[in-house]
Amino acid sequence: MEIQKFNYDDKTVRNFVLATLIWGLVALIVGLLAASQLAIPSLNFGIEFTSFGRVRPLHTNAVIFAFIGNAMFAGFYYSMQRVLKARLFNDVMSKIHFWGWQLVILLAAVTLLAGITTGKEYAELEWPVDILIAVVWVIFGWNMIGTILKRRVKHIYAAVWWYLATFIGIAVLHIVNSIEIPAGLFKSYPVWAGAQDAVVQWWYGHNAVAFFLTTPWLGVMYYFLPKAANRPIYSYQLSIVHFWTLIFLYMWAGPHHLLYQALPDWAQALGVTFSIMLIAPSWGGMINGLLTLRGAWDKVRDSAELKFMVVALTAYGMSTFEGPMMSLKSVNAISHFTDWTIAHTHIAGMAWNGGLIFGMFYWMIPRLFKTKLFSKKMANTHFWLATLGVLLFAIPLYWAGITQWLMLREYTADGLLAYPNFIETLVQILPMYFFRIVGGLLYFIGFVLFFVNMFKTMKTGKVVDEAVEAPALENTKPKHRDETYHRWIERKGVRFSILVFIALVIGGAVEIIPMVKVESNIPKIETVTPYSPLELTGRDIYVANGCYNCHSQQVRPLRYETDRYGEYSKIGEFVYDHPFQWGSRRTGPDLARTGYIGSSTYKTAIWHYNHFTNPYEMNPQSIMPTYSWFATKEVNLDEIPRKIRVMQMLGVPYPEGYDEKAVDDYMKEAAIIVANLKESGVDIEPTKEMIAMIAYLHKMGRDISPAGVKKYKESLEKSNK
Amino acid sequence: MNILFLLIGVSFLAALIFLALFLWAVKSGQYDDTYTPSVRILFDDEELDNNNEEHLSK
Repeated sequence: MEIQKFNYDDKTVRNFVLATLIWGLVALIVGLLAASQLAIPSLNFGIEFTSFGRVRPLHTNAVIFAFIGNAMFAGFYYSMQRVLKARLFNDVMSKIHFWGWQLVILLAAVTLLAGITTGKEYAELEWPVDILIAVVWVIFGWNMIGTILKRRVKHIYAAVWWYLATFIGIAVLHIVNSIEIPAGLFKSYPVWAGAQDAVVQWWYGHNAVAFFLTTPWLGVMYYFLPKAANRPIYSYQLSIVHFWTLIFLYMWAGPHHLLYQALPDWAQALGVTFSIMLIAPSWGGMINGLLTLRGAWDKVRDSAELKFMVVALTAYGMSTFEGPMMSLKSVNAISHFTDWTIAHTHIAGMAWNGGLIFGMFYWMIPRLFKTKLFSKKMANTHFWLATLGVLLFAIPLYWAGITQWLMLREYTADGLLAYPNFIETLVQILPMYFFRIVGGLLYFIGFVLFFVNMFKTMKTGKVVDEAVEAPALENTKPKHRDETYHRWIERKGVRFSILVFIALVIGGAVEIIPMVKVESNIPKIETVTPYSPLELTGRDIYVANGCYNCHSQQVRPLRYETDRYGEYSKIGEFVYDHPFQWGSRRTGPDLARTGYIGSSTYKTAIWHYNHFTNPYEMNPQSIMPTYSWFATKEVNLDEIPRKIRVMQMLGVPYPEGYDEKAVDDYMKEAAIIVANLKESGVDIEPTKEMIAMIAYLHKMGRDISPAGVKKYKESLEKSNK
Repeated sequence: MNILFLLIGVSFLAALIFLALFLWAVKSGQYDDTYTPSVRILFDDEELDNNNEEHLSK
């Protein structure tokens, strides 16, 4: 047997480590800013680039793709080379992967703050960045599969399956959810509209949690936990079983994000059923991790890395039990649109992903740099700060979520809403928003200790591409009759990838294809018309400013919602919504009926003008950022014909050649609002963003109100004369 | 709602595939060695102290 000498590519691992530390710090600072803005609205600074609607997507993207993403690649590349006994496939590809990913993050930071966004949560990046992500992702996958193919160990260790599933899962999700038609370099519209777009988006959103925040980290756990504890994984068999079940079941659970919403009931039921089933494979992972430590709990007491991993696994177990519970319709009625969901995601993000990252780094960095950890004491302090931080963050938000729901559904003895004004419920939970900042701050201080500890550790050591020896892999023998089937697949990276791909695609296809193809699922409403050019422009401004981060456009068929906002939302209302904007959290009231005359959320043009310029004057307790620039910022009219053409391409029934007339119609309609504002004593030009925003707000829900449609038509006729 | 038939059909098909895989796995004895790989990864030598002194002395 020939013994081969080679070196691991540890410098690439180091690069990802450094990127994790730096982006992690940035992501947490942005998170602190976002949390503070909700408690102290003046921290929006009155300018568009730092308003909450743009800061929050930056926070989520930075945490998920920059902090967790870079840490994931560091963990993959470190462990993969060692279990496969091979250097990374190609040095150039490793470099492109690293720098390409950092470029994506940089572009994300700039574009999101600039208001360049698709308006779909966790998939906000616009089409040029989407293409870049796809390219970098394929290079990563290629590099990984190449490494697997040139491995020197026949058997592919459990961790690597999860890495493969991650690559395939995210590739499928990202591509399907990013099918969009460009309307300029910085603007695109998704091909699907309304309920269909919602299903695709939450299929993506849910599975981004699965394949970016779960599968890679279970893989990392399967390598780093046994290494840190110096114990083999409790059950290798369980790891096989729960891997297959988890990747198959996850794809079906997406619709649980859309319960009680404008989606066929069967799709909702399907999502709920699979969410409940997911408890089993999820807990398989938690149990396997925790039981690995049996007989080694004394080590946990002394080692910060094991403590972090134990907390991570516990948080994973809690979140994967809580998640399915939140998928039950009756529980979802409470948790959806309230802070409960925010608490849930942060337990998972801060304790599960964060905990594994910290655990992995405390173990890996000293080994990567061939040195010792700078300070164990700092690491232990970090552990307690982080754990307390998570609790102080989450508990107030659970409290806030349930309190707000109880108030929203409270009726007086006369059968009227006890708190008809949404802001009363917000004022009640505002103290909890301050507690959240304290929790976040503790977590952040812990992170700073981690940051310093890591850099001090790295300074005392050096990364050299570790030299190793391993016997060459002999040519694969023909499959032996007695050989077990799973081991046969494991040795064949490509074949294995195909099987994973099939399992993933079956789940996705069953949900998405019928929604796209089957007309009967999208009942049309006669009176619902496409957006006028002015309304469409307003909608794009709404998306650009991330209004969906705080406002939903979806009235659920629950008495306390229809009493508060009006008629519940129907699928047919959204057929021209590219993208859908249903939202997932109501920090402010729902906006689905702001154009429905008679609804409590219907306001006059001048009210909107005053409210955007200074919300606190209208409502001293409001926590909305000011949007005073709406009154001064110009709309680019040149883009409108192109947008209309793209919409026509997507099947929106504008008359042929309408793109030529669109700007004229825009000005006509704008003139009505300008005249209306003038009556109230406000002088404003028709091409300001304000006018388009008001037009859009007056469109939502108008089409299902006969009085509203009549009034709108009359005003148009009047202006035509 | 013809879609339900398609849905049940595809789900059933998927379930059958998994059942087949499971039966095959059990029959072909795939669980015979599910222990060695879990131990093998622990054999890598990453002792902190040995390497540490060597590098610090440089």
